[in-house]
Amino acid sequence: MILLITSNSMTKTMIDKNQISDDIAIHLEDVNIRYRMLQERTTSLKEFALNWIKGKNSYTHFWALRDITLKVEKGESIGIIGDNGAGKSTLLRVIARILHPTIGHANICGNVTPILELGALFDPELTGRENIYLNGAMFGFSRHTMNGKLDRLLDFAGIGDFMDSPLRIYSNGMVARLAFAIATDIDADIILVDEVLAVGDHNFRQKCISRIETFHDKGTTLVTVSHNLSLIQKLCSRVIWMEHGRIKADGYPQEIIPVYEQSATEALFDKSQADTT
Amino acid sequence: MKTEIYRTTPVRRSFIDEVLSLVKYRYLIGELILRNIKTRYKRSILGVAWTMVNPLLTMLVMTVVFSQLFAFDLPRYPVYLLTGLLLWNFFSETTVSATRNLIWSSKLLKRIYIPKSLFATAAVGTGLVNLLIALLPLGIIILITGSQVGFALFFLPIALLLISLFSLGVGLAISAQAVFFADVVDMYQIILVAWMYLTPIFYPQNILPDKFQWIFYFNPMYYILECFRLPLYMNKIPEPQIILGAVISASIALFLGGFLFTRKSDDFAYYL
Repeated sequence: MILLITSNSMTKTMIDKNQISDDIAIHLEDVNIRYRMLQERTTSLKEFALNWIKGKNSYTHFWALRDITLKVEKGESIGIIGDNGAGKSTLLRVIARILHPTIGHANICGNVTPILELGALFDPELTGRENIYLNGAMFGFSRHTMNGKLDRLLDFAGIGDFMDSPLRIYSNGMVARLAFAIATDIDADIILVDEVLAVGDHNFRQKCISRIETFHDKGTTLVTVSHNLSLIQKLCSRVIWMEHGRIKADGYPQEIIPVYEQSATEALFDKSQADTT
Repeated sequence: MKTEIYRTTPVRRSFIDEVLSLVKYRYLIGELILRNIKTRYKRSILGVAWTMVNPLLTMLVMTVVFSQLFAFDLPRYPVYLLTGLLLWNFFSETTVSATRNLIWSSKLLKRIYIPKSLFATAAVGTGLVNLLIALLPLGIIILITGSQVGFALFFLPIALLLISLFSLGVGLAISAQAVFFADVVDMYQIILVAWMYLTPIFYPQNILPDKFQWIFYFNPMYYILECFRLPLYMNKIPEPQIILGAVISASIALFLGGFLFTRKSDDFAYYL
């Protein structure tokens, strides 16, 4: 278990450039994420102004992450487990530099490719080819570069004949395959995988998993979020167990996963007992 | 290739960082412009031709209405009107779509890191392409009405640059607010209507008596419109004080918009 210290003061110090050593890919220092929500979700300026005059704009704070300190070495493959709402996806978003920590620092060394919710980056009105260009550009690649990858992508996704049809006529499986193919064709230093392996048929899943394993062999840092514990056991050399926005445990999969499974069963057992009494 | 190291600090992103990341994502700007143009007319019969037909039809209706009803004392009224309309449409469409694009892209911004000012930049780019296409029918109208065109046309790119920077600044400022409150766009559109009537787009500047002329001098769009219209309508390069007014307007808008935007852009992902 990790000892947690609550710090509410904003650290004003800039980070010394030498603080990250060369073999660290991800270094989170006391990262806190706070969502500030208006009590009754006010989305209009008019309401906000009226409430402001009445002095009724009260906020609720929700800490999605509390005091996360985490060091991941280059080439490590870590899995994040925990119940729904434990902050797993929020943690990934911090690493993907989507969410800026409310308090604390995130130091990420190298370029990050998030593989989250396959197909969310596509435009259904555009064709497969146009989407390849669009999606590639989101990772900073030119059309020229994407053309060089085209054959490989189409081969992996298996959508050859549909390449010039609009994406809205594609099946979900085809969209997922194309998205996965593009995202994994990038020479990323860090790859984030969030539950994507839950989609697609058995064949496709196997293909994805073996591709992720080759990344691991190449020395890419992997961060996987999944409820599929056997997958985590298979892919990861280290597991982070998150609960209520904090890291509850950090260690080897064979040590942590059984404890997590047991606590999940106990929680279920407690609940069913509470229901019967 | 050098590994990129990303560090968050409590210090907010600077404007320069934002511009540098735009350069890094330049291909995405191009792709977004292409997509905007393609999807806009995808399911319409006339397609891209609408970009040319639309201002022409508006001009036709307004020419009939205004030249008959108000009998403005303006020679070659269609050219006067069309230059004003094209510029105004560029400004209002660009700023509104900068905002809409950012809101609609919330799906993207929650899943991947993209510099947020990219959407306003792409909106300006899309507007420029549309404006350039619409200059074609304007050229035809200029020829038909027998307006003089000449060397003053060389000033046109400068006018386009000024209106682009001005629109980018306003677009950034409005979209940064619209992330937090959904009705900002609606309010802005109401302001746009009032603003349009306060700008000499379809009426001559001398419609207001001399003692009210100052109203124009406080309107940034007045200077920029003059810069765009004079070369096309009078074959004249605008006077230095007009150019200066336009440059100042564009710079203030850009810096203010850039400041308001970068101050908040790290927080967008929390609200979108």
